[in-house]
Amino acid sequence: MAAYLFGFLALAAIVVSLLGISRARRVRTSQAEKVHSRPIYHGLNAAIWTGVPAFVFLILWLTGQNAIVDMIVMGSYPGADALSGAQRSLVLSEIRQVANGNNFREPSPQILAAVAHLQSLEMLARWAMVALVAALVTVGAFFGLKVIESRYRARHSVERSITIFMLFSSLVAILTTLGIVGSLVYEAAQFFARVPLTEFLFGLRWEPQIALRADQVAGQGAFGAIPVFFGTFVISALAMLVAVPTGILSAIYLTEYSGARFRAVVKPLLEILAGIPTVVYGFFAVLTVAPAVRSLGLTIGVEAAPNSALAAGAVMGVMLIPFISSLSDDAFAAVPRAMRDGSYALGSTKGETIRKVLLPAALPGIVGGVLLALSRAIGETMIVVMAAGLIAKMTLNPFDAVTTVTVQIVTLLIGDSEFDNPKTLAAFALGLMLFIITLGLNLIALRTVRKYREKY
Amino acid sequence: MNVLTEVAVEKKLNPMTKESNIKMRGKDVTVHYGEKQALFAVNLDIPERQVTALIGPSGCGKSTFLRCLNRMNDTIDSARVGGNITLDGEDIYDPKIDVVELRARVGMVFQKPNPFPKSIYENVAYGPRIHGLTRNKAELDEVVESSLKKAALWSEVKDRLQESGTGLSGGQQQRLCIARAIAVSPEVILMDEPCSALDPIATAKVEELIDELRANYTIIIVTHSMQQAARVSQRTAMFHLGYLVEEGATDKMFTNPDDKRTQDYITGRFG
Repeated sequence: MAAYLFGFLALAAIVVSLLGISRARRVRTSQAEKVHSRPIYHGLNAAIWTGVPAFVFLILWLTGQNAIVDMIVMGSYPGADALSGAQRSLVLSEIRQVANGNNFREPSPQILAAVAHLQSLEMLARWAMVALVAALVTVGAFFGLKVIESRYRARHSVERSITIFMLFSSLVAILTTLGIVGSLVYEAAQFFARVPLTEFLFGLRWEPQIALRADQVAGQGAFGAIPVFFGTFVISALAMLVAVPTGILSAIYLTEYSGARFRAVVKPLLEILAGIPTVVYGFFAVLTVAPAVRSLGLTIGVEAAPNSALAAGAVMGVMLIPFISSLSDDAFAAVPRAMRDGSYALGSTKGETIRKVLLPAALPGIVGGVLLALSRAIGETMIVVMAAGLIAKMTLNPFDAVTTVTVQIVTLLIGDSEFDNPKTLAAFALGLMLFIITLGLNLIALRTVRKYREKY
Repeated sequence: MNVLTEVAVEKKLNPMTKESNIKMRGKDVTVHYGEKQALFAVNLDIPERQVTALIGPSGCGKSTFLRCLNRMNDTIDSARVGGNITLDGEDIYDPKIDVVELRARVGMVFQKPNPFPKSIYENVAYGPRIHGLTRNKAELDEVVESSLKKAALWSEVKDRLQESGTGLSGGQQQRLCIARAIAVSPEVILMDEPCSALDPIATAKVEELIDELRANYTIIIVTHSMQQAARVSQRTAMFHLGYLVEEGATDKMFTNPDDKRTQDYITGRFG
């Protein structure tokens, strides 16, 4: 029903806009004075008046209808006031199931009465909705067409509407972020109600496998997040160890040394690296790099696990090279030619110019790139899920398996999740911490980049 | 007309060479940028410890010629330089010449002040550091101080040597760039329209400075301002469309030029 209404709205808007255009044309030919807006704006304005109020109304109606109908139905349900929240929603869902024709058991007479009530209400709501939308469309179209005359500033009106639309579009991302933060904070608060914040922040043991029965041995689990964050730290550090020097050196080579033809080939190739799905990097890490790293570790006589921090970190580092290389490249290219000339004119070599003039001048841009790459490394999931490991271990041996925050979140949420259980809720606490850390890094990165912009 | 001019120039060169030493000499200098030829067989002698002004309308090749003198054109991929340029009789395009050493001897100041985004001190100390001219901090301090003094900037910045060089005013920045060039003790200083980005007061200071520097350095200055050329230079060379039109003592060039194009340009009829 609602889908038809949306279609009807679109159709009405198109028809009215065509009517508006032809009406505006007539006004233009029949009146001598200059018309303010071109006919297309009059048409658009009329279409906006026709479609938008009805559209907004329809959305609001659809979001509110169920809640209001439920309230009215439960208002007349005998003994509803005595029910608790959970029982109330149980009754409601039974009413709705029966109304949809899914009978699991013989419904009681109260339920049947409520179902009849619900169905009559919904019928009423549907027709009311159709009638109101039709009325809004008619009034809107009438008004939108009526205002068309030579001095009416349809262009201003249309542009204002578009501005408001853009405002809403930009709010979508912000509101979504707020929603995500809100849900994270809510679930994390549930977790911290069960596990003390200090244990989470400072505990050294991470054993989230909660026993099924309360009396089972070691039924409590341990939620010290330090080993998990330690793993993230180790892998990110390894990744940065690979990505930062490689990225910066390749940027220096590409901007300062390479010929134009080499650059034209290599730069796009480097940027392709950024387009490879991380799951493909994951395959590469677990099937190719991890065995090689293990045999290397065994050769040099270090204890080496089949999954290792080194394999995951190195492959993640390769994934991050294009980030650092591309942003550093931009930073080097943004250093004015006058700086290079000034340095060369004093008799410095290319190497001295790069070390003493270009690097310091481009440093903020490079730091921005490194920090962005670092927050990618911390938040990266697929490669570490496939190649890092599951056991939270505090080790600095890169040949050993470690686990990361993201891996733990994935494993905690896979399978049957009970949301009244610290095991599941721990994922949200980890997520919140991760969010805070990467947000902080991004803020620092943005600030450095902005400072860099003011430099010249 | 060009042929005539060049003959006339050749004639006039001889008396001059007797009066003063030739520091740099360009012989049949040509420059191509890719396919386009920017400079056609320029012959010009630069006398030691004098200010030589290069004038001419935009795109006439005067900056191109200037940039040949310390091989700054090497940094442009498409540029090719032909002919012969000598510094104290030595061919500066000889493969045996180290361009780094050449640029330490022939310093350059650019059109737009381009201090490094470092402190004032570090800007001046940059050259001595990379060339290892000083053995310790005290010596370096001394070089920095004397360079800033020679550039007539010391009194204005001596209390804020650690502040950024980019925070100075335009005129101060340009004098800082001159100090930076002086700090490596060059023999020749090339100046590419050093005052075009400065206001009249800053310009006056820089011109005064150029006049003082003449005692110790050979200076070649590209300028768009006829008055400036007349004020600061002893010799003037007029370029047009990549050719050297005429050169000679500044007094003569501005009062009684041989070539009609010079006269037209100086009196503001074109350019």
